[in-house]
Amino acid sequence: MDFSTFLIQLLNSLQYGLLLFLVASGLTLIFGIMGIINLAHGSFYMMGAYMAFSLTSLSGNLLVAILVGIVLSVLIGFLLEWALFSRLYKRDHLDQVLLTYGLILIFEELRSLLVGDDVHGVPIPELLSASIQLSDTLNYPVYRLFMSAVCILLAIVMYWLIRYTRLGMMIRAGSSNREMVQALGINIDLIYRIVFGLGVTLAAFAGMLAAPVSSVYPGMGNQVLIICFVVVVIGGVGSVWGALVAALLIGLADTFGKVIAPDYAGLAVYVLMAAVLLWRPEGIFRRI
Amino acid sequence: MPLPARKKRNYLPLVLLVLALFPMFGSGYYNELIAKIMIMTIFAMSLDLLVGFTGLVSFGHAAFFGVAAYSVVLLSPKYDPANLWLVLPAAILTGAAVAFVVGLFVLRTKGIYFIMVTLAFAQMIYFVFHDTPLGGGSDGAFLNVKPELRIGETVLLDLNEPMQFYYVVLAFLVVAYVFLRVLLRSPLGHALAGIRSNEHRMLSLGFPVFLYKLAGFVTAGGIAGLAGFFSACQYGFVTPEILSWHQSGNVLLMVILGGMGTLNGAAIGAFAFVVLQEVFSALTKHWQLLMGAVIVTVVMVLPGGLSSLPKRLKGLLIGGGNRNG
Repeated sequence: MDFSTFLIQLLNSLQYGLLLFLVASGLTLIFGIMGIINLAHGSFYMMGAYMAFSLTSLSGNLLVAILVGIVLSVLIGFLLEWALFSRLYKRDHLDQVLLTYGLILIFEELRSLLVGDDVHGVPIPELLSASIQLSDTLNYPVYRLFMSAVCILLAIVMYWLIRYTRLGMMIRAGSSNREMVQALGINIDLIYRIVFGLGVTLAAFAGMLAAPVSSVYPGMGNQVLIICFVVVVIGGVGSVWGALVAALLIGLADTFGKVIAPDYAGLAVYVLMAAVLLWRPEGIFRRI
Repeated sequence: MPLPARKKRNYLPLVLLVLALFPMFGSGYYNELIAKIMIMTIFAMSLDLLVGFTGLVSFGHAAFFGVAAYSVVLLSPKYDPANLWLVLPAAILTGAAVAFVVGLFVLRTKGIYFIMVTLAFAQMIYFVFHDTPLGGGSDGAFLNVKPELRIGETVLLDLNEPMQFYYVVLAFLVVAYVFLRVLLRSPLGHALAGIRSNEHRMLSLGFPVFLYKLAGFVTAGGIAGLAGFFSACQYGFVTPEILSWHQSGNVLLMVILGGMGTLNGAAIGAFAFVVLQEVFSALTKHWQLLMGAVIVTVVMVLPGGLSSLPKRLKGLLIGGGNRNG
């Protein structure tokens, strides 16, 4: 492997890792703050990707599609929280597993009914379709750099939101003592709805962002979900920092695994997980 | 107490009688369906040992089922029947052995972690069969001739015969049921129930909690292997889908749908699931949509599963009953 190939793989793994972080942070946020295990999180990612496809074919512009998609995702998140999840906070994890498993089936079939089972590509917007020359023979697509930049930006915004704003303070308080926060006159139901909407939107947004690179196909949500579980397990449940570190590690393991041993690359991620579990059963970073 | 409460009326002999007599009246199609339900009952009971009796919510149980099913195909000669005495224990042992290795890793984690880690490990095993040529890759592999039991020249049992297959499955369903009943009343069963209700107390009482959990996990893996063996024999082929996470989700669904913590609940859940699947897939290609709707409805309005239904109805009609099932 010469240096420019190495550089490209490194950039690819960074971009993949950051994307995973975007999805996994929504998962870990929903669990860490609301105590809900959401198996349907991958379905939201798939939903985002299919929205990007459908809305781009309608409007002809990915950026417009993403803006509309975000609004739709927020609405869907609120609706689901209001109709289903809000009734589940006090229930067992098992009920949550079951409910979200049912949702996966519903989402997958709705996708099949509405858009069909074909694999689709989504064109990269013209503005970002160029590539940067890294060496005489190798170019790197601008869109992937754009993806990474957006993910980094979002991570910073999220950190700022949770750490320094009044809303963030209420969210953090709500995660440690729901009743107390409620007694202080804060509308905790609304806070939870916002967090859930945010989690759903993060996953869907990641799907929209990834659509031009990974294409759009049935089952893509479940694939991402399981990798996200690995991210959360390695990073530590509820730890956003852990999710970031783990996602970057997995990006590296997966990308370089595919270069070094293509047939067994699917396993690299799990070997990493098994190793971390032996070392620290509760993940690298425990909780927030 | 999570131990099975003694029932006032025992319907078990009646159910057994119906199952034993069924093939005399039912057609081939329905016999196959009932055999499938019985296989799924074995599978669901094995998971219930973990979820309902030990409090370990495993989302990767299909791995042991699937690995055992694959072992039957891989161990069988291409054109001759395999020896039942050989492949059946081999399948159970494969399920148990894989559960042992996976258990060493996953049992270090708890609660929500456990759900995710079991799912991830099962997915890893899925990839082994899906991505490598070991079991025919994503196409799967065929079991051309089903195993038989012979002594010398006489064939005692031939699983290629649907009737014999049916009764062998029924016999092993009874064996598995009795085995689990005995196990749950044994010191191990009581220890597992203790772990379920308070793991810390068990630890401070000096119980080797990890070993007990591992024993439970391996047993559940072995029984899932038994179900996997019959599944491979029933359909005559295996694909990676039998160890996919959908399969794990479905069996978890059976346990919860029927009502966990009772072996009968696992049977009710398996029955309900297979029948619903049959009815829905006759209605539409998108049967999973209906299944999903049923799952969501059950979670929202019927916590405690189907087996809590009579109690709820009684509570509703007479009043004062225990509605929490």
